[in-house]
Amino acid sequence: MIPEIGTAALLVALALAVWGALAAALGARRGRTALLVSAEHAALAVFALLTAALGLLAHAFLTFDFSVRYVAFNTNLGTPFYYRLTAVWGALEGSLVLWAWMLGLYTVIAIARHRASARELYPWVLVVMLGVVAFFLVIMTGPAPVFARLSPVPADGRGLNPLLEDSGMITHPVALYLGFTGFTVPFAFAIAALVTGRTGDFWITTTRRWTIVAWYFLSLGLLIGGWWSYHVLGWGGYWAWDPVENAAFMPWLTGTALLHSVMIQERRRMLRLWNLSLVVLTFALTLFGTFLTRSGVIASVHAFTQGAIGVFFLTFLAVVVLTSLVLLAWRWETLGAQGELDAVISRESAFLLNNVLLVAAAFTVFFGTVFPLLSEAVRGVKVSVGAPFFNQVNVPVFLSLIFLMGVGPLIAWRRASLENLRRNFLGPVLLGIAAAAVFRLLGVGSALAVLTLALTVFVAGTIGLDVVRATRARLRLGEGPLRALGRLVVRHNRRYGGFVVHLGILVIAVGITGSQAWSVQTETTVNRGEHAELAGYRLRFEGLSESQESNHVKVTGRFTVVEGGPVGAVLLPAKKFYPQEQSPIAYVDYLLGLKDDLYLVLGDFARDGSHATIRFQVNRMVSWIWIGGVVLTLGTVLALLPERRRAA
Amino acid sequence: MSRRGRLKLLAGGAVIALALGWLIYEGVSQSAVYFVTPSELVAAPVPGKAYRLGGLVAAGSVRWEPQTVQLTFDVTDGKTTVPVQHRGTPPDLFGEGRGAVVEGQWTTDGYFRATLIMAKHSEEYEAPHPTREGPGPGMTKTLDTQR
Repeated sequence: MIPEIGTAALLVALALAVWGALAAALGARRGRTALLVSAEHAALAVFALLTAALGLLAHAFLTFDFSVRYVAFNTNLGTPFYYRLTAVWGALEGSLVLWAWMLGLYTVIAIARHRASARELYPWVLVVMLGVVAFFLVIMTGPAPVFARLSPVPADGRGLNPLLEDSGMITHPVALYLGFTGFTVPFAFAIAALVTGRTGDFWITTTRRWTIVAWYFLSLGLLIGGWWSYHVLGWGGYWAWDPVENAAFMPWLTGTALLHSVMIQERRRMLRLWNLSLVVLTFALTLFGTFLTRSGVIASVHAFTQGAIGVFFLTFLAVVVLTSLVLLAWRWETLGAQGELDAVISRESAFLLNNVLLVAAAFTVFFGTVFPLLSEAVRGVKVSVGAPFFNQVNVPVFLSLIFLMGVGPLIAWRRASLENLRRNFLGPVLLGIAAAAVFRLLGVGSALAVLTLALTVFVAGTIGLDVVRATRARLRLGEGPLRALGRLVVRHNRRYGGFVVHLGILVIAVGITGSQAWSVQTETTVNRGEHAELAGYRLRFEGLSESQESNHVKVTGRFTVVEGGPVGAVLLPAKKFYPQEQSPIAYVDYLLGLKDDLYLVLGDFARDGSHATIRFQVNRMVSWIWIGGVVLTLGTVLALLPERRRAA
Repeated sequence: MSRRGRLKLLAGGAVIALALGWLIYEGVSQSAVYFVTPSELVAAPVPGKAYRLGGLVAAGSVRWEPQTVQLTFDVTDGKTTVPVQHRGTPPDLFGEGRGAVVEGQWTTDGYFRATLIMAKHSEEYEAPHPTREGPGPGMTKTLDTQR
């Protein structure tokens, strides 16, 4: 009975979403408040119904209701409680429910926040938001029915994909989807601005926070995805340029561009057309990402089993892009800039270049991702480009972006004089050059690593210079140094929040550089009691043990650190044998460190435990990537604090 | 903005576009990997070119030497068989009679040297959920997409 209630809830939600969108559009056109109120109520009801659907699905998982196909395919009696909850969104249908639920949540928040302050735009925002929700509801009630029954009802389910039995599975999809769906709000405002002809700067200042929030969650989702890849998949890396990673990375790149170009519009009233296009592009890329993940057109780690829904997504994507283009063309004349670029050496052009590079990076990622499809269509040959392509093309672009990260915040608006450049950049540039020399002397061989590290020092130098200078100015007002710094950061929280985010990115850049340049690995077979050696670390193989876990059998190898690292520490890499899987799943063990991670994968082993083949990696500075994520979080929180500048 | 400034901006844009085009061109020509079946490979093997060879691991062909960490096996498409050598442990889903995609190069000594093996579930098994396979970035659908 309960699954039928779930299906009914989704159907009613679909009807209400469609009604709400129509009512909001009609209400806005005819100026009828009653219709608008009805649309609002519809939106609230849609959210309530989606919440109920999510709850019912969770209930089905917790009670092992294997009559529901989705539950039977993604859990079994042995699945622990915690993973039964995350299994709710562990596969296609459930992930769509979560997605739609978040959209519903954002719609409700948007109503609460903007109904009074954005009176003219807000009805159309509602139209777009409910329209997108309706699309997802169509999918959930049509080609991917969440609560579909299975007959006959199996005694036990198939079980969750063992790789998804990880704590990252609660945070990674949630963060990623919050990011993906978050960009719907700025998109809805952009469309509302175009429809109403209010293409001025209001919509963009109103959605600034939304953009930051969406961007932040997308960043977090990417980072947690990297962490999951690193500690679960057992290949020792955190980013593989897999098509679906790329799918999430593209909107991140264009979203990052948007965060920056918005500032130019706020300050100089330029780039209106560009910003509208960026919002549309970012939203379209989130849909494209979903299409890639769900349609199975491109082979991927994350590819859900495909079905008809690819066609739905592609159609919706086409509708979104075409509608946006038509609206942009219609409002073309109102989109001219009021301000204009005064000089090539200025903050405006630094930001412009940052935008061009970010969009270029997104384009190269897009190109590389769809290249197999392109080459097959054009030349009839199956060719793919892998990680080397993406690295080779993107490294110069990202290095330029890091450089601009130092330039942008300090260079003068309108036209930078030589004096301005000298005053702001001579110190940091010298610092960067000195750092390059030091790294070289310390024995850093790779030119790329030296360049990247020197650039990060340069950028950190510019940030340091700005902070010191501004704090000093406050010291002259008679404040103590700590108080001065604190007040500075709180009063100008947007600027300094941005700086902290930049620092986070720098820390991540250092982590990526270090791990790419200096990580080493070996694959070897060790006999019991003997040692595996790598880069000054020695591990002793103590033997194998077998254990019965709740839903699998685990064979664990025991390795003790005897030299190099924390002597006496034990690493327990394992292989897990799940009855529902054809092959064992490797379970990685690792010791994380600020400088080195010891990373151990159990490959093959002799049944009597006399020898085992292992992959032993010393991964360098990977932890910096996760630390950078924490710094980035702090910066975002700081940037989102209510602005107090005017009150000061 | 002055005419000269506009020109500068245009020139800058052109430089960026050209640089990007060049990066992409170089990137593609250096890292293109060709998908082939054993028959296609044997018909026109080019030593040194990067291939992704897809097929079934031939029954009875797998030899695994733990002490030297050497893996040898044959990949077949039913018509042609290609011998493959790899230094490394067989990945989790690897096995005789199962599908595998190996990335590497054809050597003049008449075998395929694999740098990466991506194993996949056998054809009749239907994965009910997202599945990652193989040691590196997985390739769930690679075999299907090749046909």
